[in-house]
Amino acid sequence: MVVFDRPKALIDVPTHYCPGCTHGIVHRLVAEVIDELGIEGKTIGIAPVGCSVMAYNYFKCDMIEAAHGRAPAVATGVKRADPNNIVFTYQGDGDLASIGTAETVHAAARNENITVIFINNAIYGMTGGQMAPTSLPGQVTQTSPYGRDVKACGYPVKICEMLSQLDGPEYLERVTVNSVPNIRNAKKAIKKAFTNQLEGKGFSLIEVLSSCPTNWGMTPQNALKWIDEKMIPYYPLGVYKDRSGEEK
Amino acid sequence: MEKQYLFSGFGGQGILFAGKFLAYKGLIEGNEVSWLPSYGPEMRGGTASCSVVISDKAVASPIVAKPDVLIAMNLPSLDRFENSVRSGGYIFADSSLIERKVKRDDVNVYYVPATKLASDNGIPTLANMILMGKVLSVFGEFDDQNATSALKKVVSAKHADMLDVNLGALKIGADYKD
Amino acid sequence: MSEKVLMKGNEAIAEAAIIAGCRHYFGYPITPQTEIAAYMAKKMPKIGGTFLQAESEIAAINMVYGVSSAGKRVMTSSSSPGISLKGEGISYLAGADLPAFIVNVQRGGPGLGGIQPSQSDYFQSTRGGGHGDYHMIVLAPASVQEMAELTVKGFDLADKYRMTAMILADGTLGQMMEPVSLDIKVSPEPEKPWATNGTKMQREHNIVNSLSLVPDELEQLNIERFKKYAVVEQNEAMYEEYKCDDAEIVVTAFGIAARVAMHAIDRAREEGIKVGLIRPITLWPFPKAPFEKYADKAKCFLSVELSMGQMIEDVKLATKCKKPVYLCNRVGGIIPTPDEVLDFIRKLNQGGAL
Repeated sequence: MVVFDRPKALIDVPTHYCPGCTHGIVHRLVAEVIDELGIEGKTIGIAPVGCSVMAYNYFKCDMIEAAHGRAPAVATGVKRADPNNIVFTYQGDGDLASIGTAETVHAAARNENITVIFINNAIYGMTGGQMAPTSLPGQVTQTSPYGRDVKACGYPVKICEMLSQLDGPEYLERVTVNSVPNIRNAKKAIKKAFTNQLEGKGFSLIEVLSSCPTNWGMTPQNALKWIDEKMIPYYPLGVYKDRSGEEK
Repeated sequence: MEKQYLFSGFGGQGILFAGKFLAYKGLIEGNEVSWLPSYGPEMRGGTASCSVVISDKAVASPIVAKPDVLIAMNLPSLDRFENSVRSGGYIFADSSLIERKVKRDDVNVYYVPATKLASDNGIPTLANMILMGKVLSVFGEFDDQNATSALKKVVSAKHADMLDVNLGALKIGADYKD
Repeated sequence: MSEKVLMKGNEAIAEAAIIAGCRHYFGYPITPQTEIAAYMAKKMPKIGGTFLQAESEIAAINMVYGVSSAGKRVMTSSSSPGISLKGEGISYLAGADLPAFIVNVQRGGPGLGGIQPSQSDYFQSTRGGGHGDYHMIVLAPASVQEMAELTVKGFDLADKYRMTAMILADGTLGQMMEPVSLDIKVSPEPEKPWATNGTKMQREHNIVNSLSLVPDELEQLNIERFKKYAVVEQNEAMYEEYKCDDAEIVVTAFGIAARVAMHAIDRAREEGIKVGLIRPITLWPFPKAPFEKYADKAKCFLSVELSMGQMIEDVKLATKCKKPVYLCNRVGGIIPTPDEVLDFIRKLNQGGAL
């Protein structure tokens, strides 16, 4: 009896992610959901610029590599080209919450019928650990060597809270993947985000608090703990918007 | 044979509309035509102008630098364009809004109190077409049928009732004798 | 032939795009091209198409990237400052070998510049505009009829070569009305087996991508792309020659400047001056052949431009600097008058040093 297998929507290749990075878990969850909903043949994924830039090599569905921050705009084009297809973006915090803020906000405001997977690890991973829009106050990074000074660099951007003020988006939830129960919750949220799209409900964004042991300078275990101790207090988990209960 | 027209006046006086009518009439009569409006902030309340070229061969340039015919519907337009008119050309001025006379003596000048005629006839928005009627009659180009066909192209379908009113305005201008 | 209607250049582009099978338009308002967006906003919903006013030019070009990835005809339009913003996306389109159709109704620059006509984006468009080694096919209409015809041609060429085709017009061509016949032949759209429109579980996944981290591979991609460009240069250069046969002075101009130049040439001919015109219709690929031909016969060339002198560099290259090339130009939104061009031609004819 097989109790553990690779999801069909993932290609059997080694990834370039660092040991202990949670990108792999989130990739797996997305792929499991694609399998369970049976949508691989009509799904198009959009990879960002950032650590997950090469996600197009890992998902078995059609994939597009977008310019930095532009994935929601590219997804809008793909979805409008054929609304029957299922379109998801997979973006990090620099991509989604800094250089691509406008694309994020407006795709949400339009309630564009797409699914956004937002990896928030409070740092720029690919370029080697610079301050992200989501880096915590006081957090030491290569470009905030004395800790993020909110007087000089401002405060972190809380995407779910911010987008929840818009009338547009259908579903906004913040989850994490630092423990088995949290991973189960994350999968539930991701599945809902894809199901919403299948049902034509509109824009769903799942923010996943993720770890970056390499650039945080921690062991993988300590990185998972840091999510509990530092990130969740600043970025509380939960559903920030769900219009499924509203009368349409 | 090519004739270059320059229409100019305030935004809202129907400058572009009159030009479009003339261009369509030219097209219906088998000519090559071009119509070029001024655009941008000046469209919004300031001076509007449009160039129309009607030619029996391909229009070389749609830009009218030295008009054969200037139709001025306000003083700033006459001030600005009077000297650009080709020697021997024509100036039509709305004399209800332009108090001064044309200074040049090498052009043919027609004064038509178009705005006053329009309001006297209960069609205050059609001074442009009254002036246009005068232009057509001076050139012996007034033709009911072609004018009607051209009007059908420029008057939108939902304002079809305005067809006859426009034609009436053209006639008032054509019949006006100074 | 269908009945001719009077249309603005901008509207002719929009209608021709629909004729070409384009059902997706993304844009952001900017003068003097907004009529294209307005026309699409009115038409697209009635024919099952998409009109979307994007949050920015950057978003608009990336929406174009998305639709093109999915294998469908798509366009955006803007004017100079907006095209600069699209530069990033245009580079990505080139890097991913995606077809796209873009309209630039130029206005004076740099910066916010003005809103009156200009041709000062010649370098930007013929050299690519964004980062990296690439070209776009650049089409320069000189009449409203050509605005329509070159739009259809642009979609065809974009699909044929998997490149961006751009209409490089200007505010005058966008705003003016001329009679236009919309009876234009459209080539059948080619199959797009590379498109990311869902595997249907019947093929390996497609990837649309411009990232290539291995230098040898990226070099090879560039070399292959330039082989394609060489074919485009070989096959697609377009131009019009006017009274060049015995010309001692060869004027060259594109777009609205060519119309003015033609007017001046007619009048110069009446004075007995032997002058003709080469009007490039494609700016990239630049039509080198007529320049090579007349470089040996003519005494000099005169480039008439609405810029500080941009196309003149291509004229010098194409003529291999065999003969002097002069510049007659106005900028800032001003179009030279036929008189100005005629005066220049007269002086050249008198052999005066300029």
